[in-house]
Amino acid sequence: MIHGYAGKYLEVNLSNGKIRETEFGDDVLRDYVGGRGLAAKILWDRLGHKWERVDPLGPENLLLFLTGPLTGYFPGGRTCVSGKSPQSNGTVGSTLSGEFGVELRCAGYDGIIVTGQSDKPVYLFIKDSDIELRDAEQVWSKDGKQTVASLTKECRNLLKTRYPMFGEWKEPSILYVGPAGENKVRTAIVSSKWAHAAGYGGYGAVMGSKRLKAVVVRGTGPLPEAADINKVKHLINRVCTNVYENELWRRWGTGSSGYEVGAKTSSEPVRNWQEEWHDEKSFGVDKFENRVWMKQYWGDFGCPTTCMKLSCVKDGKYKGAITDNPDYEMQAYLGPNLGIFTPEENVFLTSLLDDLGLCGIQTGNVMGFTAELYQRKVLTCNDLDGLELEWGNTENFAALAKKIAYREGIGDILAEGTYRAAVKIGKMKKKNLLPYAVQSKGIGIGAHGIRSGKDYPEIISYACSVQGGDHTSTAGLPLDGGGSELMEIFNDSGVYCNFNGFSVSRNTRFEFYTAVTGIKLTRREWVGTKALKVLQLQRAMLLLGGPDLKWTPEKHDDNPPRFYEPLPSGPYKGKTTVKQNVEDYKKRYYKAVGWDRNGIPQREILNRLGLEDVDKVLEKIR
Amino acid sequence: MLVPGLEFPHFCVQCEDYPCVSSCPVNALSVSKETSAVLVDNKACIACGKCIDACPGRIPHMHPKEKHIVICDLCNGNPQCVKVCREGNWNVLKTVPRREMAYKLYARKPDEITRDLSTKIYGEIGEEYL
Repeated sequence: MIHGYAGKYLEVNLSNGKIRETEFGDDVLRDYVGGRGLAAKILWDRLGHKWERVDPLGPENLLLFLTGPLTGYFPGGRTCVSGKSPQSNGTVGSTLSGEFGVELRCAGYDGIIVTGQSDKPVYLFIKDSDIELRDAEQVWSKDGKQTVASLTKECRNLLKTRYPMFGEWKEPSILYVGPAGENKVRTAIVSSKWAHAAGYGGYGAVMGSKRLKAVVVRGTGPLPEAADINKVKHLINRVCTNVYENELWRRWGTGSSGYEVGAKTSSEPVRNWQEEWHDEKSFGVDKFENRVWMKQYWGDFGCPTTCMKLSCVKDGKYKGAITDNPDYEMQAYLGPNLGIFTPEENVFLTSLLDDLGLCGIQTGNVMGFTAELYQRKVLTCNDLDGLELEWGNTENFAALAKKIAYREGIGDILAEGTYRAAVKIGKMKKKNLLPYAVQSKGIGIGAHGIRSGKDYPEIISYACSVQGGDHTSTAGLPLDGGGSELMEIFNDSGVYCNFNGFSVSRNTRFEFYTAVTGIKLTRREWVGTKALKVLQLQRAMLLLGGPDLKWTPEKHDDNPPRFYEPLPSGPYKGKTTVKQNVEDYKKRYYKAVGWDRNGIPQREILNRLGLEDVDKVLEKIR
Repeated sequence: MLVPGLEFPHFCVQCEDYPCVSSCPVNALSVSKETSAVLVDNKACIACGKCIDACPGRIPHMHPKEKHIVICDLCNGNPQCVKVCREGNWNVLKTVPRREMAYKLYARKPDEITRDLSTKIYGEIGEEYL
């Protein structure tokens, strides 16, 4: 057995309630590592042959909670959630932080594979090898914070009753969905600890469709043994030291960008990306610090960055709203993108979306889209069930978010996400509304624009990513460089936080992998074979798509139309993306990753990587 | 952390009167002369759990696999938690000399600590999430 793995995976069939252990061979773990890579492998093996027909929200879909060998060792462990995505119809390796992955590994499992669909609400309880599907009727329809409170209490009592001699049980780690997930909203998240979320992909909806309210885990064992623990300690020290030297996120969190990305790099969504620049000092991170931060250093197990800042509105209209930070993405999407520039209002909306179980990026994107349709008088107050959706009207955006989470009125259409809503409303209004939808392959684009050319994403970052608009998985060349999707795949497959890997030498992560697993891995090998394999699998599943939407690369491997409009304001006024440059870059990228001129993986590369079966299935779309 | 955001340590504080030591029916617990820490004789311990109930903070816990209680022994005066905290550069923990004060006040149950922290950080709304 390879070091660094517990070696066992749990397989839970919700249709018949059967729970069993399963294993993957050393060769599979060696090739696909864990998390995002392993998820692609499992999904392809089990669903690849009928991919187009699998409804992401039906019983056939799989829901995966996977860790990787570096979870718990590399500072800042995460958990990867995957399955067929109800947003892109492909797959996304969506990760969230918290102790879940570490607890799960300490309980003796590297991951959980959930199949089928339960006919009543349930939650999965795991205490080492004591595993049980339990009735979740009492927490069904409860919001995020209530769910955490209720399940923490219930599970501590359960542990106390079953293990009376242990002493005082502390908290188990919980992954859960809010009302939005239960209502199969495609922008729903899988959450943890109130404010952490796996958002991209829409796996909250998958969890809701399976009627799985939560997974609770408590492990009492040690982490799986590392091959060279002294080397691991040395590398932890290297990573931590680097974090302290680059203090920005430790000091300010990513929230420092709420002002800066608008004012300096001019790449922040403002009023549904109509602008990408603002100079609103009211949105400076110092205002957040002085007015809402209650705790400056909030981190999960072993994390030196502690980019989370605990925020709480203590007074006024939004008193009692609690969330973390908010981090940059929430600041941008639930701030300037909706015309909101006040910390308290931003904290309130973020907290509300946490509670409802909605993704701030995807829901902020679809709400911004809706508000622009209102601005352009495509949608009227009447269409919006009486809501006047003016920019900056926090109350009305909050009301809209609730409608989305509960699929009420217009919320039922918006709950389908920006792309599907644009098509649907477009049909109703007999207008092409896609120019206002800032998304890629059904996934709303992260809050880092490309037009100014001053932020990190490149002009093909979103257009060619196998995870659409995901700002943590952006495509670019060179393939072994910092802007390459292949390198991102390593973070999501080792399953740790890439924030702790920034500005550490790129080889450190591979040294880490070798120290934990005992398997030699170089950057070259990763980029040239292993990651490329995962990329091809993800690409194949994305292009096969279905059942409701399919993507054609000629048309959909492109930026949203908005990114070709000139920036109307700010220091980079007039700058935009040049279509020809995108086309040229795309050609080079296709060539580098072995895709034909239509963006479909070629036989040669698939055969070289040992993916002959993928080649056969792709034949029908070539 | 029973409520997100409210993390705290829950370790032996070395009460002056050591209620755990006197509760032990088999004299498996003793007090270190050098560090004042409670020492567990793993072989003598019968895992009866009486010390957990005797502790005002219910701090001792059972070893998950073996049959004996676990109480912080301050690593013979060289606490490893402090060491890794330094090595990792978190710099949150430090060692201090033992003084004449009521350490017992700090032996508290997780629920009590949470309740206090919750109102301190979140205000009255904190009560809702307990």
